[in-house]
Amino acid sequence: MRLCVLCAFVVKIMSSIAHLTRRYYFSASHRLHNEALGEEENRRVYGKCNNPFGHGHNYALEVTVGGAVEPATGMVVNLADLDRVVGEEILERFDHANLNACRESFASRVPTSENLCQEIFRLLDDRWGREPALGNARLERVRIEETSANAFECGPRSDNQPW
Amino acid sequence: MIYLTRKAEFSASHYYHNPLFSSEQNARLFGKCNNPNGHGHNYLLEVTVKGDVDPGTGMVLDLKQLKEVLNHEVLEVLDHRFLNHEVAAFASRIPTTENIAVEIWRMLEGKLPAGRLHRIRLYETHDLFVDYYGEQG
Repeated sequence: MRLCVLCAFVVKIMSSIAHLTRRYYFSASHRLHNEALGEEENRRVYGKCNNPFGHGHNYALEVTVGGAVEPATGMVVNLADLDRVVGEEILERFDHANLNACRESFASRVPTSENLCQEIFRLLDDRWGREPALGNARLERVRIEETSANAFECGPRSDNQPW
Repeated sequence: MIYLTRKAEFSASHYYHNPLFSSEQNARLFGKCNNPNGHGHNYLLEVTVKGDVDPGTGMVLDLKQLKEVLNHEVLEVLDHRFLNHEVAAFASRIPTTENIAVEIWRMLEGKLPAGRLHRIRLYETHDLFVDYYGEQG
């Protein structure tokens, strides 16, 4: 009987799935230009974003992780660990950088915020498996604000999100 | 189906400490949040209710009633309190943003005049928030 009560308690705790979102900021420059298109076509598609000298944005990045609230800590994830992973993988890579010059990420892709969002998700997702400190917290969503008027978000399976 | 969100603010203090851990473990795990004298936040709460629009009123629920429920069930319990010492739910649970969001869901569940509770979003700061959708699978 005592064991059953304990089991019920554990199950109840385990089902408390919470979703935690942390905002980060970085500044970067880019130029939207596709080598496969002609000069005129690039100007038509990308407008002033095709300016050959590039331009910059203050990006806001939201990273959402979800998982059971660990009873011993009351946390889904330790923020110090999340900050370390996002800092090393994303902010050190992209803050005060020219995105077009980040060849590992954008050698063959135009650094639009759509592609940047997906690239950030991929970089974090790759790192996730190598970070036991992140525990059972799942990477659920990456959201990028290019300006206060434009936001882009992506996740592993959009049909599986609660929002 | 319409999703309606009401915001509310409250200010409270807390600290993070698990009595089962050593002082060193607590300090390492929780950092400056482990200071036993506590520290405070202005929390921003968003409560989202889902429901169908009543054809007679054009509303999912009466916002004034929702405000009264929020005040009575949540704000009067949490506002200007030291959560660890003054709120029973946190006598044995650490008042992290995650646990406070879960607790607010429990405070409101079954108390709404109409519609169904969909989401609790709790901002601890502008750059940190937790979403809770009730118990899931």
